[in-house]
Amino acid sequence: MFTNSRAAGRAGDEVSATEKSRPPAPAIPDGRDLRLDLFRGLALWLIFLDHIPGNIVSWVTIRNYGFSDATEIFIFISGYTAAFVYGRALTEHGFLVSSARVLRRAWQIYVAHVFLFAIYLAEISYVAASFRNPLYAEEMGVLDFLKQPDVTIVEALLLKFKPVNMDVLPLYIVLLLLFPPVLWMLMRKPNWALAASFALYAATWEFDFNLPAYPSGNWFFNPFAWQLLFFFGAWCALGGAARLRDLLRWRSTVSLAIGYLVFAFLITLTWHIPSLGRFVPEWLAEAMYPIDKTNLDVLRFVHFLALAIVTLYFVPQQWRALKSPWLRPAIVCGQHSLEIFCLGVFLAFAAHFVMSEVVAGVAMQVIVSVAGVSLMAVTATLLSWYKSLEGRGQGPRQKPKDPGLVGGAA
Amino acid sequence: MKALLAAMFVAAVPMGMAHARPPDVCEVPGYLLFGESELHHVNKTVKEQKRLKVLVIGTRSSTLAGTDGAEHAYPARLEAALAERLPGVAVKVSTLITPRQTVEQVVAGLKKTLAEQTPDLVIWQAGTVDAIRGMGADDFGNMVDSGVGRILRAGADVILMNMQYSPRTETIILAGPYAENLRWVAQQRHVPLFDRFAIMQHWSDSGVFDFFAATTAFTIAEKVHDCLAKALAAQIIDAAQLGPMAAPKIQ
Repeated sequence: MFTNSRAAGRAGDEVSATEKSRPPAPAIPDGRDLRLDLFRGLALWLIFLDHIPGNIVSWVTIRNYGFSDATEIFIFISGYTAAFVYGRALTEHGFLVSSARVLRRAWQIYVAHVFLFAIYLAEISYVAASFRNPLYAEEMGVLDFLKQPDVTIVEALLLKFKPVNMDVLPLYIVLLLLFPPVLWMLMRKPNWALAASFALYAATWEFDFNLPAYPSGNWFFNPFAWQLLFFFGAWCALGGAARLRDLLRWRSTVSLAIGYLVFAFLITLTWHIPSLGRFVPEWLAEAMYPIDKTNLDVLRFVHFLALAIVTLYFVPQQWRALKSPWLRPAIVCGQHSLEIFCLGVFLAFAAHFVMSEVVAGVAMQVIVSVAGVSLMAVTATLLSWYKSLEGRGQGPRQKPKDPGLVGGAA
Repeated sequence: MKALLAAMFVAAVPMGMAHARPPDVCEVPGYLLFGESELHHVNKTVKEQKRLKVLVIGTRSSTLAGTDGAEHAYPARLEAALAERLPGVAVKVSTLITPRQTVEQVVAGLKKTLAEQTPDLVIWQAGTVDAIRGMGADDFGNMVDSGVGRILRAGADVILMNMQYSPRTETIILAGPYAENLRWVAQQRHVPLFDRFAIMQHWSDSGVFDFFAATTAFTIAEKVHDCLAKALAAQIIDAAQLGPMAAPKIQ
């Protein structure tokens, strides 16, 4: 997943083609769709904004206007790009090599997660040492685990102890571990693979599969449910999207999707304005609630699909704005998603820290939000620059032997 | 009309010791306190028997530390506030506060508790311990639902209370899903939810209290509990239709 266009495109020097003038889109994409980078970059920004508690700027994020949020976009696009990169590796180098690369990527994400955990420990140790208030005697009990660092750190390394807002990378690791056999099947019998993914999703709802967490409970993002979105993304990348293309262009499909988005918007309106709640019929409320994020509620999944359908309809691949400097910051962020995701988690901690220590007013919320997004964009630009330096070192015309491996991304 | 009166709800807090700008009002907007759910049993008992037995089931955030902590915590203040607003009614608020108790443990002991205490109204404060322990939010919701069912079957009314707004620990404790489940159960069972989280957040946003500040003094904590008790009393009186303007509710 965490691919960037250069890594994906190096194989055939497609980067420059993507950035300058694209040839007409083929049925199965062999170049990079900048829309993927754009929307993944935007999703990373939204995740960052949502992770700052009590942030007024998070009112712009999509979770306030519908059932799904940026996590769905991020997981889907990551599945899509993973299939794109490793699918090619599988065709060119076989199962063993592509699987080895997937596992290496999982390892990189694991290391990134542990790095974030270290930062988290530093932050909460500071809170434990500096914050006292008799009103919060109970809440401060959450820091008791600091008294047993041996257990806590081991549980964290086992991905069982996962601090708040640090659930996405562990989900990713599990999805990547499941990926090699699924990819193999997706390349042979894509529809069967997708059916198996749906079956696992359904079975998860029926039998409550999940992975255990520490100190109790289960994973916040249930990998057995969320795999559906990731593998559906992969299925789309490997020709599914092309097969669905006509269906997606029908006016009735798009109208249906818009209708569902409006419905979801009206329902979320009743969460913000409780007095509107009485207009939701009881049978409907009973059927809908609670909308389960852990197990990727069907309402959320469908909401994501509707969003995707509408987006595809109104944002064509050759959309001019994709090359405009205004969208550039989001696109670069999307191209370095692992680094920028981690940075976003860290920046959200930092923003909350600043708000707690200095002042938490609206002005400060706007400042830390804008500063955070800017830092993400600047960092991503810097990473691109580094990558271009490395590329030059290898010689401009040299064809890499290992397309998927160069750049180390995916 | 009702909302307007509710919005005008102002609870005066007795002035404490001199310190920088003591908050002397803790207003709560009506939409945070008043809903469609009713406390029929409370209404009946107060009107017919002139008594009200309230039981607060909760964890550490339902009390304060110190030898006289309980006197300043919201259950004791609620007793005072209700007694003041319901003259001639024998109001008794007792507590069952067990630190670190999950809702699962509460429900396990609920039958015995209800038989012994025979409350007219149970105020069930939940969520913080479960969020800290990371118990599944779904399981949490189901457990609260079964507990509420048990209390209702015993003939008592219930008010659910969610967690405190605690901005300093917001990146450490994930409260959202638990608060949502409490809201959902309250809605399903038609019982009032005392939205402690939103109320305290409102005070924080409007500058009444600074919940980010570190302090070892009990002054703020005691004021907060007193304010919570007044808001809770207002909610009980409204939901039990015991107020002066107890008009039929518009469905």
